[in-house]
Amino acid sequence: MTSYSKNNIRKTDPELSVKDRLNSVLVRLTINRSNYIVQPGLYSINDPDKDSPVLVSSNYRQSFNILRKNLKGIPAWILVIDTKGINVWCSAGKGTFCDEEIKRSIKKTNLKKIVSHRKIILPQLSAPGVSAYRLKKMTGFEAVYGPVRAEDIPEFLKTGECDEEMRTVRFSLFDRLIVAPAEIVQGMKYLFTLLVIIFFIMLMMDRTELFLNSSINIIAGYLAGTVLGPAFLFYLPGRAFSVKGFFAGIYMSVLLFFTGLSDKSPGYSFGSVMIVAAISSFLLLNFTGSSTYTSLSGVKKEMRYAIPFQIALFLTGFAIFAISLRS
Amino acid sequence: MPEYLKNTAQIKFNRNLCNGCGICTQVCPHQIIKLKDKKTVIENKNKCMECGACSRNCPKKAIEVKKGVGCAAAVIAGWIRNSEPACGCSSNKKCC
Repeated sequence: MTSYSKNNIRKTDPELSVKDRLNSVLVRLTINRSNYIVQPGLYSINDPDKDSPVLVSSNYRQSFNILRKNLKGIPAWILVIDTKGINVWCSAGKGTFCDEEIKRSIKKTNLKKIVSHRKIILPQLSAPGVSAYRLKKMTGFEAVYGPVRAEDIPEFLKTGECDEEMRTVRFSLFDRLIVAPAEIVQGMKYLFTLLVIIFFIMLMMDRTELFLNSSINIIAGYLAGTVLGPAFLFYLPGRAFSVKGFFAGIYMSVLLFFTGLSDKSPGYSFGSVMIVAAISSFLLLNFTGSSTYTSLSGVKKEMRYAIPFQIALFLTGFAIFAISLRS
Repeated sequence: MPEYLKNTAQIKFNRNLCNGCGICTQVCPHQIIKLKDKKTVIENKNKCMECGACSRNCPKKAIEVKKGVGCAAAVIAGWIRNSEPACGCSSNKKCC
């Protein structure tokens, strides 16, 4: 809950409401994610005074909520800057979480009059967009990088430093799966289009009895790239995500084969495997954007060979599949 | 954390310019930069994701990174729009 008080400072607290919790689930499904914002400005939490620490946050409400949730019993100021509703790391990568915006916010909120010290704490993942030494010159505030995760802030405020663990990003099984719903939702329209196309081809060839089976195959390939691939990311062969996705698709096909779900004619099965592998490879390549360790140079490098390969694999598989329907 | 593609990340370090302030060792999200004998050492370039945090915060410009976000969807969107990689995370208004 937030409410206004004097000096344009808004009051907030560490408690997340039922609505906050519900919204945090919805944004994971990409529902209303681009509008899930918090008003930029200065917020007080747990009745801070002029000596209390100042923590800088993006104005993606999810980021703000995670921050305040972790400030139980800690009086602090939260300086929310305008990142157009984008989270800290992405906005820093794209340049909206930046020195100029922080300077603007410090000025607008009259921070110099509100706190007696001259220090602001930045989330470590804002560092790609922010330059601490430049900020000091621009604003007079010393910019200190706090931990990567908000949960470590109490510890950081106590000791004034971060250990290596607190400074390292993770990509745990939970991290990889929490983004799966968004991956599934975002590609849904393509999945639907493909299924419609297949349905019409089968309708024309009078083989609609195979549609259910074929749908299972396609959806399985879809889940291989959006759930299975992310879940087993570190155990799939290769370094390139497209290679890992290809194998996720192959494994999924083998699984389908042994459950008797794709064993029709050799052409039908073979075509299906190729389609599933191509879809899975493409979807896992897209997962690079959700990962925490891929570089742009690397992504571009793998895309140069992966995209043509995926298109060729898909089209060949689709042709074999369509021809097999005639027999 | 596993490594992404080998010998791909574009990060350069000029030891002569380094003043040993160590800010890069703090901001690196994969903690691959260490301080040895009062100078920065990049321990494993294969783990660099080109986020650019180190180079942006280096007061001596001793580290140079070709900054970018490793997101295939953004690269594809860039191809379609004939622009730099652009994704849902981008905003039309860039302030820096």
